[in-house]
Amino acid sequence: MSSQMRLVNLCSNLMPVAPMATVTSTIHSERETSMADQTSFNHANAIEIKGLNKWYDAYHALKNIDLTVAHGERIVVCGPSGSGKSTLIRCVNSLEAHDNGCITVDGTVMGDAASIEAIRAEVGMVFQQFNLFPHLTILQNLTLGPMKARGLSRKDAEERAMKYLERVQIPEQADKKPGALSGGQQQRVAIARSLCMEPKIMLFDEPTSALDPEMISEVLDVIVDLAESGMTMIVVTHEMGFARRAADRMVFMDHGKIVETGTPSEFFENPKTERCRAFLNQILKH
Amino acid sequence: MKNLFALVALTLLTGCGSGGNWGWYVINPTTTQGWNNITFLLDGFGATILLSVIAAVMSMVIGLMVALPGMSSNRWIRMPSRIYIEFVRAIPLLPMLFWVFYGLPVVLKSMGISVSIDAFWGAVITLAISDSAFTAEIYRSGIQSIARGQTEAAKTIGLTYAQTMRYVILPQAIRRILPPLANQFIYIVKMSAFASVIGMQELTRRANELVVTEYRPLEIYSLLILEYLVLVLIISFFVRWLERKMGADESR
Repeated sequence: MSSQMRLVNLCSNLMPVAPMATVTSTIHSERETSMADQTSFNHANAIEIKGLNKWYDAYHALKNIDLTVAHGERIVVCGPSGSGKSTLIRCVNSLEAHDNGCITVDGTVMGDAASIEAIRAEVGMVFQQFNLFPHLTILQNLTLGPMKARGLSRKDAEERAMKYLERVQIPEQADKKPGALSGGQQQRVAIARSLCMEPKIMLFDEPTSALDPEMISEVLDVIVDLAESGMTMIVVTHEMGFARRAADRMVFMDHGKIVETGTPSEFFENPKTERCRAFLNQILKH
Repeated sequence: MKNLFALVALTLLTGCGSGGNWGWYVINPTTTQGWNNITFLLDGFGATILLSVIAAVMSMVIGLMVALPGMSSNRWIRMPSRIYIEFVRAIPLLPMLFWVFYGLPVVLKSMGISVSIDAFWGAVITLAISDSAFTAEIYRSGIQSIARGQTEAAKTIGLTYAQTMRYVILPQAIRRILPPLANQFIYIVKMSAFASVIGMQELTRRANELVVTEYRPLEIYSLLILEYLVLVLIISFFVRWLERKMGADESR
């Protein structure tokens, strides 16, 4: 009960005083429903971000971000470098701690360590630099999480690993070390490693930015395939062709703010803001 | 190298015969007295090695226990480690040795713990603690040299802090930690000579005792230095072998 109150306070610390009572009661009743009926944990939204702020010392990296992602929705976040795109998605699984505001992932309000652990169990992440474990084989990279964090037997974990390696189309590399693979293959392994944890939500932090041009499409194909399977995802990327193909909604950020959101067709054909138009002109010029 | 040895040997040997400045007879293995003296001196090897190895192992364990909280993002967890390292690093070995050997039993007694600390354990504790500040820093630099992305990736696949260290960070860091750690072992071996002042029967103590009875400091201390030289050269060889092996591993 006390932790619930703390979380409610955490959420409301940015809210104006007047509507605080209503906010509290909404969250309260939601929690009670979920406690009453554990089996139907059916929340309308996969991710809810409200009034999110983040500072790096004096630098205001995220300014009052509000973003709601529905289940199964595919969001592409773009914007100039330093606009806070990566910081935003890194807040979603608490790799970066936010300073105030409220993040709810699949019904879990981010607060204490237990809630962060619960959220990370639902959220997979793919990094720009792959971040594979170089001392382990591909197969060991994939089985480490399921075996140690989920308690799967080696046999089950390896079966699952091979299933996802086949899905990203590199089962034959299972016994190699990451260093022996190309960048594109490494990133596909990284995607498979995340999938082995069977997350409900996937975050991609510039997944193709560190790749040679000829390897970008093999990675994007895997991500598109995943998008088509109904996975909820937030992708930070500059690949606008991919965004048109796979995104339900575009989010454009600049200077730590969400400047514009919209469907890909609205966004590309008819951007509302001048800043967004300028950005698109820059990256679509060539 | 060979020439140098020959030159040194020649100087020493000619010194033997000229005017009695040299008295190699004290450690001449062909005489009974010289042979007894040599065995007396060499018998210190066991104690020096045992002392160094136990102190080094303890120092590695304490160092890790100090280094891990020292890297916490929480400053209240980090602070005790920083204080320990700064404090221990600032104490010269000899005063610390005196304090542990003569002072610590008194402190423990006042706390109701009645243990006597003999010269061996006094030296082991002092060397281990004094060295642990340095090993902690070696661990820290090794672990911090592993990219932050590794920790983040481990977090996203649900590993706990302990699991992340055990399966992801330490296996990678160990390749960068082991060579400087082995190097630090050489330092411990040399510092173990201080244990002689509290009566620990290791290489230096035995040399001192022999000097008192034989009055041949030059010859006996020369042999003493040679003893350490041989010991350290053997370890150095091992360290270099280790560095080569680890370096080769890393590029694989």
